[in-house]
Amino acid sequence: MKKALVLGGFVLAAMAASPVLAADINVKLGVLNDRSGVYADLSGEGSVVAARMAVDDFKAVDKGIKVEIISADHQNKPDIASNIARQWYDTDGVDAILDVPTSSAALAVAEITAKAGRVFINSGAASTDLTGAQCQPTTIHWTYDTAALANGTGKAVTEAGGKKWFFLTADYAFGHALERDTTKVVVANGGEVVGSVNVPFPATDFSSFLLQAQGSGANVIGLANAGGDTVNAIKQAAEFGITQAGQQLAALLMFVTDVHALGTQTAQGLNLTEAFYWDQNDATRAWSARFEKLHGSKPTMVQAGVYSGTMHYLRAIEAVGSTDSKKVIASMKANGFDDPLFGKGYVRGDGRAIHDMYLFEVKKPSESTGEWDLYKQISVIKGEDAFLPMMPQCDFTK
Amino acid sequence: MMALTKNQALEPAKQPSSIGMPLLHKVIFLVLLAFLLVLPFMVYPVFAMKVMCFALFAAAFNLLLGFGGLLSFGHAAYFGGASYIAAQAAKVWGFTPELAVLSGTLAAAVLGLVIGALSIRRQGIYFAMVTLAFAQMVYFFALQSDFTGGEDGIQSVPRGDLFGLVSLQDNISLYFFVLVITFGGILMLYRIVHSPFGQVLKAIRENEPRAISLGYQVNRYKLMVFTLSATFAGLAGATKSQVFQLASLTDVHWSMSGEVVLMTLLGGMGTIFGPLVGAAFIVSMQNYLATFGAWVTIIQGFAFVIGVLLFREGIIGVIARIIKRPL
Repeated sequence: MKKALVLGGFVLAAMAASPVLAADINVKLGVLNDRSGVYADLSGEGSVVAARMAVDDFKAVDKGIKVEIISADHQNKPDIASNIARQWYDTDGVDAILDVPTSSAALAVAEITAKAGRVFINSGAASTDLTGAQCQPTTIHWTYDTAALANGTGKAVTEAGGKKWFFLTADYAFGHALERDTTKVVVANGGEVVGSVNVPFPATDFSSFLLQAQGSGANVIGLANAGGDTVNAIKQAAEFGITQAGQQLAALLMFVTDVHALGTQTAQGLNLTEAFYWDQNDATRAWSARFEKLHGSKPTMVQAGVYSGTMHYLRAIEAVGSTDSKKVIASMKANGFDDPLFGKGYVRGDGRAIHDMYLFEVKKPSESTGEWDLYKQISVIKGEDAFLPMMPQCDFTK
Repeated sequence: MMALTKNQALEPAKQPSSIGMPLLHKVIFLVLLAFLLVLPFMVYPVFAMKVMCFALFAAAFNLLLGFGGLLSFGHAAYFGGASYIAAQAAKVWGFTPELAVLSGTLAAAVLGLVIGALSIRRQGIYFAMVTLAFAQMVYFFALQSDFTGGEDGIQSVPRGDLFGLVSLQDNISLYFFVLVITFGGILMLYRIVHSPFGQVLKAIRENEPRAISLGYQVNRYKLMVFTLSATFAGLAGATKSQVFQLASLTDVHWSMSGEVVLMTLLGGMGTIFGPLVGAAFIVSMQNYLATFGAWVTIIQGFAFVIGVLLFREGIIGVIARIIKRPL
């Protein structure tokens, strides 16, 4: 009852309530992601763990910043995400929402965040629309997007000699976008696309499409799909011995947890782009070991992105001495970041975090020394090359 | 006809005021209305609006299943289809909210008429499968066509001004807009069920050959109830798109068709108030248990199993049996 009474003036109340003294700032973070469905492994509880680690590593308590973390399951449904986000902002006084995989849910949360005047640091969603067609001044898109994946995999594989591409494309908007973006990159780097086939979504049987790809004379088979489709396609490609026969597989959206689930026997030779891999350097190894102790598995790039984004957000709060979203976001965009997981980077005016991306190849079983020893790094894609250029109307720093 | 009405009219015969509602129902509706008037000040209004939209959806579905005896497994098509049309109308065509809702509802009615005309030719499981097949076609249309935005859905639908005058930006004013629509819709459904048309429906449900032998054009009644049910499901979906300012694949996915079956069965199939309780129950569970993560679906499944094992008539069905009055 009491909560409802203040509802009308919640924005004012929230702003008035945020203390000016740096000695005592209360921050409430909401980790909103999939905790029961297909993305639960790559985001889920692991993202909450990552956020908590960021708060600990930041030593928030010593700096007089009291951080509370709450979490919820949006079940990959935009209406549930929207409902929770509204409630968090309106009645629970959440300052920032983190993670949010599934593009439709992320876009809904971005819109609500802008209206409520809070902060949305997305790590889990792939849509370039978050900092493109539907950009918002309060959105920060941290880890990756489809353009970066297409750019990374498309460019690096073509440069490495994979000139002739054949696409297996999931027959819906996302698949077509991925194929279109990658085709551009392949052609721009001197490659050619010898053919493509639209696969009904979702699909379980890829055999005829794979045979078509095999007979096309292409040396790279691009998988413009996601999730279960990608996993199925890779499994069946392994049965057909496609990589052993000399063709390369390039997955355009895949996470380390997917590769872990498939195993190196099935996924070997696969090319993919990620923003983070646990076994890159001493810092990532040390952090990932701590993460594994708490969560039981190695972190994905999405979870690492939650850590990195939360860190940068807390630093901005410390710098401006309040949780005022305008000031905090301005500070996040004005100051670059340099953390153990994502290295040096910065947040662009449209909210796109710019950092390096990496092209990996999945190891052969003989090369892998452990359950999580899955990738070898092929090349680094500079942040400036990986992400789409900023749309002028989305530059909110002006 | 005579034999039938005698049979059917056993209950109403006890209450001479068969034109109006029985007193008990009147009281329940009034209490419900009073409760709904203060609800937005007790719980979060957007959540309350969601419950009401799903209550109307479940009530519309119940008209078909509970009173028409037809199990459709494709009601998401009308719910979601209408939400897409209403979202498109409000966002792209610049309609005011009431016109957007109306256009979504009309689209659902047309869709229901076409799909209904084709699927009522079959009965039982085949009927359910045909409706599911059509719903999947609608799903793929939503997935593939341009205006629906694929898996992103139609986002950031403006809330607009009611009749071009009253702003619905505020949650509370939107709440009362939704309240009028859903409460009105449920009252209309009540009226349909208790009309002569509704009585014929029940007769068909109980014994179709007998209804045919009495001279009723059974298929016309079936088509009519199918279309009505689709229309009200559409009204619910269109309203929901205005509340959440988005239309997405969730609304047309087959699991939505399953969810509404769950709500209706849990609340009490063939009762007036059952679907409302079922919807409130399921939506609250999804909302308040969201923090438990993976447990939501498990708890939901558990509740359903308990429901099926212990009270097959649903929550309201059991209460109705105990107090020996139809609810």
